[in-house]
Amino acid sequence: MSTAADDRSVRAPWVLTAPALMLFVGVLLIPLAMTVMLSFHDWGQYKGIEPVFILKNWREIATDPYYAEMFWRTFRIAILTTLLTAVLGAPEAYILNRMSGRWKSIFLLVILGPLLISVVARTLGWALLFGGNNGLVNKLLMSAGLIRFPIPFMFTETGMVIALAHVMMPFMVLSVWAALQRLDPQIENAALSLGAGPITIIRRIIMPQIMPGVLSGAIIVFSLSASAFATPAIIGGRRLKVAATLAYDEFLNTLNWPLGAAVATLLLVALVLIVVGSNALIERRYAEVFR
Amino acid sequence: MAYLELDRVAKQFGAQTVVDDFSLSVGKGEFISFLGPSGCGKTTTLQMIAGFLDPTRGAIRLEDKDLTAIHPAKRGLGIVFQSYALFPHMTAAENVAFGLEMRNVPRAETAERVRAALAMVGLAGYEDRHPRRMSGGQQQRVALARALVIKPSVLLLDEPLSNLDAKLREEMQIELRQIQRTIGTTTILVTHDQNEAMSLSDRIVVMSQGHIEQIGTPQETYERPASAFVSQFLGKTNDFAATIDRTATPARLVAGSWSAPAPAGLNGPATVSIRPERIGFGDAGLSAKIVTRIFQGNHWLFQCESECGPAIVIRQNDGQEQPIEGDTVRLAWRPEDMSVRARVVA
Repeated sequence: MSTAADDRSVRAPWVLTAPALMLFVGVLLIPLAMTVMLSFHDWGQYKGIEPVFILKNWREIATDPYYAEMFWRTFRIAILTTLLTAVLGAPEAYILNRMSGRWKSIFLLVILGPLLISVVARTLGWALLFGGNNGLVNKLLMSAGLIRFPIPFMFTETGMVIALAHVMMPFMVLSVWAALQRLDPQIENAALSLGAGPITIIRRIIMPQIMPGVLSGAIIVFSLSASAFATPAIIGGRRLKVAATLAYDEFLNTLNWPLGAAVATLLLVALVLIVVGSNALIERRYAEVFR
Repeated sequence: MAYLELDRVAKQFGAQTVVDDFSLSVGKGEFISFLGPSGCGKTTTLQMIAGFLDPTRGAIRLEDKDLTAIHPAKRGLGIVFQSYALFPHMTAAENVAFGLEMRNVPRAETAERVRAALAMVGLAGYEDRHPRRMSGGQQQRVALARALVIKPSVLLLDEPLSNLDAKLREEMQIELRQIQRTIGTTTILVTHDQNEAMSLSDRIVVMSQGHIEQIGTPQETYERPASAFVSQFLGKTNDFAATIDRTATPARLVAGSWSAPAPAGLNGPATVSIRPERIGFGDAGLSAKIVTRIFQGNHWLFQCESECGPAIVIRQNDGQEQPIEGDTVRLAWRPEDMSVRARVVA
């Protein structure tokens, strides 16, 4: 009698979540598993894909420094993009938070802007802004005497970092902004009344409290930048590849699907490890602020 | 001599005047309350003293020095905020130590003063707790310790008890009063709670719509309210419309079937205010019918319908038989218990 009731109460959650679980398994887990399996298959120019289990692709990635360089570049770009969005985005969110109602909504739209513009227009727009000797940015910097030669944009990591930072900025700003809104509105006055100057207030009171927001924004920006495809594809093309464009090339140009699958799997695993690891670190470090 | 002086202070936001012509002298060690409904300008006045807002007109002086010329960080005032505004990423001890750190107090002295301040508010042993792990009352105490540890020239309290439940609020009132008495810090409390203002303060500043209605001791403001607003806001009161009867000599003040010798200097229609606990049931006086009677333990509360409108009467439960609902009674009071104001007839 009681066992029957127990059985039912044990089964009920599974039955109730079954439809969503099946969708999740069907459209996410199975394709992922197939990709992982694909990475262990063999491939030849003339024989195509052979469903066997070999480590050829993985060995190639592990031993050929070409792949190491590719992944290193991918993460270098992602880290620089994350730093740039944090350095610019956190103050931006702070200023946004202090604006009055109407200006706040206008500037929120400006900040969300990059997400509303097509990736092609946005990226090539940046290319025009730099545009060798005649671009606005390069001209300005050169006439200000800050640089002697124009900064190259197309086919460079600088270009990718700038274009990625632009489109990733909203994620950082919104994440920091959410943290700022949890702040007690009187907290700055409290610090002020205790004798703290504006820099001390930002450094000792505001920064520690928005740090979780900066870090969760950083995780979003980092993982999106490391797996970004469109922006690096437009700026780097075939000449400057990152992991995502490399996998794409293997799939659609070389037609070496198993190798492409191995690159994609490695990128996914590396990202998951980095994100989960840093998330655990942050939650432990900022346990008091998160409560 | 005034310790803290506000001289005709006014604050405008655009065309809206939030505080107007606010003048007040606070003596050293005094406990003052700004009392009024929300939007009366009490918090704005406090923020001008704190320096978070600049007055549009007027001067604020502390020991004869112009306070408005001093940066808020240098004023050395202790402030307890309604939301406490504790630093959530710091422990209780770090919160309290922050003000001392900003003053470059030596480390050993800081530790000692922080310990003493937390002990004073009854939080010894809570040094390493973070605010979010503390109850509302404990957070409140940390906020108080943080404000007091810097030995402020004036302690400003912005509705500090309004987020606590009734029982805790009463305890904190007593404690706050004791602490203030012990260390003798000049204190200004902003509150909308008349009981809090009356039980804590030496003097109350009753405010309404940016103006001072009355400044006085709790007793003065309760017993002799300067305006209808004050008598309504501080406790319950009965207002009866009265007229002057000149046919009698000397002239008499008449409200229904109640009358008394008219006070000197009063010519036209008047309002007579009496506190409910000062009204007795007598043989002569205002005729009234008891609508409801409510037993409240140590006293009875009667709601009556009198000749001059509704009236509330409170009688001590002294064991005597009390009239019941439906009884017709006569309401009487001593002339010295009432306050009479000229009434503007619309």
